[in-house]
Amino acid sequence: MSNVEKDSFISVEQQRYATWLSWGARSGLVILILSFLAYVFGWLPARIPLEQMPNVWNLSTHEYLHQTGAPTGWHWFTMVGQGDFAGLLGIAWLSGCSLLCLLVVMPIYAQRKDWIFVALCVIALLVQLLAASGILTVGH
Amino acid sequence: MLKEVTSKLRDTAILLKANALLLLLTLSLFTAGAYAAESLPVVSSMPWWGWALSLFVTCFFLGIVAVPSGVGGGVLFVPIVGGFFPFHLDFVRGAGLLVALASALAAGPSLLRGGLADLRLALPLAVLASASSIAGAMVGLAIPANVVQIALGGTILGIVTLMAMAKKSEFPEVAAPDKLSLALSMNGIFHDAAQNKKIAWQVHRTPIGLMLFIGIGFLAGLFGMGAGWANVPVLNLLMGAPLKVSAGTSSFILTLVDSSAAWIYLNKGAVLAIIAVPSVIGMMLGALIGARLLHVLKASVVRKMVISLLLFAGLRALLKGLGIWV
Repeated sequence: MSNVEKDSFISVEQQRYATWLSWGARSGLVILILSFLAYVFGWLPARIPLEQMPNVWNLSTHEYLHQTGAPTGWHWFTMVGQGDFAGLLGIAWLSGCSLLCLLVVMPIYAQRKDWIFVALCVIALLVQLLAASGILTVGH
Repeated sequence: MLKEVTSKLRDTAILLKANALLLLLTLSLFTAGAYAAESLPVVSSMPWWGWALSLFVTCFFLGIVAVPSGVGGGVLFVPIVGGFFPFHLDFVRGAGLLVALASALAAGPSLLRGGLADLRLALPLAVLASASSIAGAMVGLAIPANVVQIALGGTILGIVTLMAMAKKSEFPEVAAPDKLSLALSMNGIFHDAAQNKKIAWQVHRTPIGLMLFIGIGFLAGLFGMGAGWANVPVLNLLMGAPLKVSAGTSSFILTLVDSSAAWIYLNKGAVLAIIAVPSVIGMMLGALIGARLLHVLKASVVRKMVISLLLFAGLRALLKGLGIWV
């Protein structure tokens, strides 16, 4: 069986989603590793020195935030020049790369007038954006 | 004749080597766990890099056994790291979600391209599970850690029972698709490399499947585990998707479900790079080795080992939550 025949039953939107997901995941992992190296090798200063981490990583998030004054929501992004928050860049990228994939397949569904799947993509996007927005707050 | 005997002896030698490696991995894991358990004072005497390295090594081994045993890394990570490392369960769950997410993202593109994950089957289920995973994450971060530990222990013991008892069906019989799956065109064709032929599939009982995915998403967010252990039986045994399509689609669904929950943990400050990153990298490297050992290791042996490991970790979580084995 040739590759063309084998791939012919994979829809266009699925192939496009796969391509974007692949780039998103790869670039996310690169960012994750580079930012972590910058953190542990001290190329970027850390807000909480690494030596002090064993004193705080056993605390609940509530106590951890209280003791360290670490930011919540998107405030970490303003501190991305510090090693411990630079490490979160790759994590945020990996968590958010599906958003782009959903965006790029929507026009294909719309072109085909597959409105149910356009709606599903919009809902999936809204759910992801709601989660990422930081407006949902919780506490112990 | 001589060639046959030589070949059999070679196979036996490979199997013995593989099982010896497996035994070594198990011993290392338990040793790491025991050492960690002994070093559990509130302020550890081990330096930060010692813990980061232990975490990396443990996750590397977990990644090796996760692939041949057919369970996601997240389901092993949370109870084992939560039980035997000094990190608070909030941070362990945050890292667990990222471990499951990174593994799913790494596998997702090839699963989609190969037709083993199906976008039309996944999207409706993923939308509901993503929304409920947000609720699960919020509940998990709002209730006391010991309550989460007890619930985690109970769930892990439930997963052990499911793994030990659940049957699998390579190609389930679906006489006719239900109205909803027909409307959503939740069907497809995949190329089964083992048989070298195209196999058409369709699903049924979609409304029940959708309801169950709400619960699965909630548990994924609550405990920070990937939910492949629940996704696959629902897709395969309930909805009737072929086993390979169920496993592939389950992994792809996690890319959406775990990312929603991960945002909640990230925004709440429950993700520490020093815990999450060595875990993700260790698990992914281990999974690469695990995938290579897939042909050498005896899957049934690995599966039994993982079930024992989960049983131990589940009991540990339960007893830790109840304050009996702190």
